[in-house]
Amino acid sequence: MNTVGIALCGSYIPTFRLDRGVIANIWGRTSIGGERSVSNNDEDCITMAVEASRNCLIGQKKEVTEGLFFATTSAPYQEKMNSALIAAAVDLKREITTADFAHSLRAGTGALKAAFDSVKSGSMSNVLVAAADSRIGYPRSDQEQAFGDGAAAVLVSKENVLATLEGSYSICNEMIDVWRNPEDTFVRTWEGRFILGEGYTSHMKEVVTGILKKYDLEPKDISKAVLPAPDIRTHRRLAGELGFDVKTQVQDPLLSHVGYCGTAHSLLMLVGALEESSPGDTVLLASYADGADAIIFKVTEEIKKQRNQRKLKDYLDQKLMLPSYAQFLSYKGLVETVPGEPFRLFPSATVSWRDRNSIIRCHGSRCRNCGTLTYPIQRVCYNCSSKDNFEEVSISDLEGEVFTFTLDNLAGRSDDPVVVQTVAELGEAKVRFYGMMTDCLPSEVKVGMQVGLTFRRIYDGAGMHNYFWKCRPVRKGGNK
Amino acid sequence: MGSIKDEVAIIGMGCSKFGERWDKGTEDLAIEAAYEAYEDAGIGKEDIEACWFSTVMSALIGVSGTIAADSLKLGNIPIIRNENWCTSAHIALIEGAMAVASGAYDMVMALGVEKLKDTGYPGLGTGRGMHPVYEARRTAPGSFGLIAQRYFKTYGLSDREGRETLAKIEVKNHDNGSLCPKAHFHNKITVETVLNAPVIAWPLGLFDCCGNSDGAACAIITSAKRAKDFRPDPIYLKGFGISIDSMLPHFRPGFSWTSFDSLLTSSHKAYEMAGIKNPREELDVAVVHDCFSITELLIYEDFGFSPRGRAKEDVDSGFFTREGGLPVNTDGGLKCFGHPIGASGLRMSYEVYKQLQGKADLPERQIKNPRLGLSHTFGGPPQISAVAIFGNEKG
Repeated sequence: MNTVGIALCGSYIPTFRLDRGVIANIWGRTSIGGERSVSNNDEDCITMAVEASRNCLIGQKKEVTEGLFFATTSAPYQEKMNSALIAAAVDLKREITTADFAHSLRAGTGALKAAFDSVKSGSMSNVLVAAADSRIGYPRSDQEQAFGDGAAAVLVSKENVLATLEGSYSICNEMIDVWRNPEDTFVRTWEGRFILGEGYTSHMKEVVTGILKKYDLEPKDISKAVLPAPDIRTHRRLAGELGFDVKTQVQDPLLSHVGYCGTAHSLLMLVGALEESSPGDTVLLASYADGADAIIFKVTEEIKKQRNQRKLKDYLDQKLMLPSYAQFLSYKGLVETVPGEPFRLFPSATVSWRDRNSIIRCHGSRCRNCGTLTYPIQRVCYNCSSKDNFEEVSISDLEGEVFTFTLDNLAGRSDDPVVVQTVAELGEAKVRFYGMMTDCLPSEVKVGMQVGLTFRRIYDGAGMHNYFWKCRPVRKGGNK
Repeated sequence: MGSIKDEVAIIGMGCSKFGERWDKGTEDLAIEAAYEAYEDAGIGKEDIEACWFSTVMSALIGVSGTIAADSLKLGNIPIIRNENWCTSAHIALIEGAMAVASGAYDMVMALGVEKLKDTGYPGLGTGRGMHPVYEARRTAPGSFGLIAQRYFKTYGLSDREGRETLAKIEVKNHDNGSLCPKAHFHNKITVETVLNAPVIAWPLGLFDCCGNSDGAACAIITSAKRAKDFRPDPIYLKGFGISIDSMLPHFRPGFSWTSFDSLLTSSHKAYEMAGIKNPREELDVAVVHDCFSITELLIYEDFGFSPRGRAKEDVDSGFFTREGGLPVNTDGGLKCFGHPIGASGLRMSYEVYKQLQGKADLPERQIKNPRLGLSHTFGGPPQISAVAIFGNEKG
């Protein structure tokens, strides 16, 4: 097959959800209904993109990926390549092209289109496109309730594609409707009727109508219309006005139970649509910001292949409820918390760089003499004392059991006072990993509990962010 | 390994009052301990030929041995600083003993000083790992909580059973500490007090953790053959063992978390040098590193005081109380006497020294006719251990 398309896809929704009623009650206003996802206090758009990317590529040979394009509007670094950090944590090879796409909610589809062009032109054969966002609405605003946090990733390829690229259409429009200045924490908007009428709806209509016309299609030819939208009412109205049957032809906009995930939202909904699609389906994706992009895909027989990815549906089913608005504010960094036992050691750029294969790539070492597998990389083997006789092995996808743990009340922040210090045994080799456990209730932790690893932002110091791996409960099937 | 059994003796010791010594600085603490030791030995500073000086946190940057020089005016002799976390003072003492045994010096001082309360160090041990990433949120209670959890699991103790056993150790240590004037804490407690206290690092609660204190302790060491020139009852060094293992046993494949190689090795080396075959029977008193209740329990087993997995039986029977078969932490231990990190090893040796001389500060806490005693510190992550065994007679 020589047609460019999407070969793999994966999503990520943070574990924590906040009932929008909790926000509404604090402000004495009505809830817009449902709940929103909230990234944990150790998550940001980097870590969420790493999760979605690892999910997308799970069980695959990572060497084939030759590029990583990352899209967000909430990058932790203003100057420094975020995609380079993601590529390292995902353990992609070094000889790849990385690029950040930023500053617009349309950066997700922009990155996707760039990836299609790169693969189509033959400059790269497989490009991973990841998008993640974590935007904040003004306190008491609709956006505060409506926004969510999430990420998605797709692998663009010519091989084994589950959806082929059939065509695309874009328009550009200069307009100040939704924006953030460099010093802004919160998303600014102009008056609602203007931004929804003249901005969003008008351009989404134009781009969808335009692409259907360009490829001589009717609304009824579309199996699933993926129409990311800022709110449920606008979404429903747009879908109806475009001539789609809201019940059968329109992809769940994820607004009632996840929220609007900014730059990630178009890819997140696309992943959701593809995961539920059948061979022969035609999927239309459109996304808006200062104009609009539209892309049409055709689903192939490959979609029927059994895959190991955690599906969007699984993330929706498995969650923990955030108990309070106060925690939401502190997780978002809007109120300060008393730090736990202060860090005496500031992160060091040289240490992080020198030990990047262990710290970021999560490589351990397997002794070539006796086979002992240890983490982090050991130059002299624990077991047989062979020196510099090892191969590096990625352990980030291993799962295993809690060997011992403690619920440490001294180490945590005041909004999250208990740190679950964990020693785990991972994989058949029983690799020992020591770290914190995240996305869990301390009360559920037991010796023998199943855990995997997740890449998290562990603390900031010396003006930089420190990322490392943590344990996380393996949640298969439903959650309590 | 060779032996220096009975070649070296301690002829004088001093120990400051331990606690939150807000009104006393590092130098005051050093003077308090050293001048008691001078008086005890009947010597003066001019007799000291070299000093092994131990501190961990008193200065966060390198200070060499200048604190000892500045406070005691020991200038122009070798002052060698030792930093080995909680074992620092023990290792200073052992290094000083080896220097005397070598013949290089006739009389040396080992001095440990810690002034934690000038550093913002909180009330509980929060020792921090050395790597900004792998150990970013590591605390001392957290590290030892990992041990307790695994110990309970391995030996099938419910949380309640395990925590009760640990609580009994602290009830004993508080009982001992209540009789010790220089100790940081003097309150007696019950098992219920321990179980109902706030959780620090589950399954460890507040009373499972020792306090952080200011304090200093000092020993004057000379050769065994000269010792009786200074006093009729010198205390002889019978044996020692030091074992410094991994900073991060956390990542070591197969590590049990219920026994520590450094505890086994350091105690076995010390027993071997001292000629001890059965420590449970032969030792008359032991002052060991009870930074947390679980640590003391683990030491009972790794040091051969109790059979593996069965320390609970000895705790239940009161074997380690002052009246028991082997009194442990007769001065209240780190739990009540306090834990100024770089001074503790010498404080523990001070207690053994006084007990072996029959000179415990209060008669009601004097062990009857002790002959052999052990002091021990266990530190860092926790994988470094130092043991010293003392006797009041040669041979």
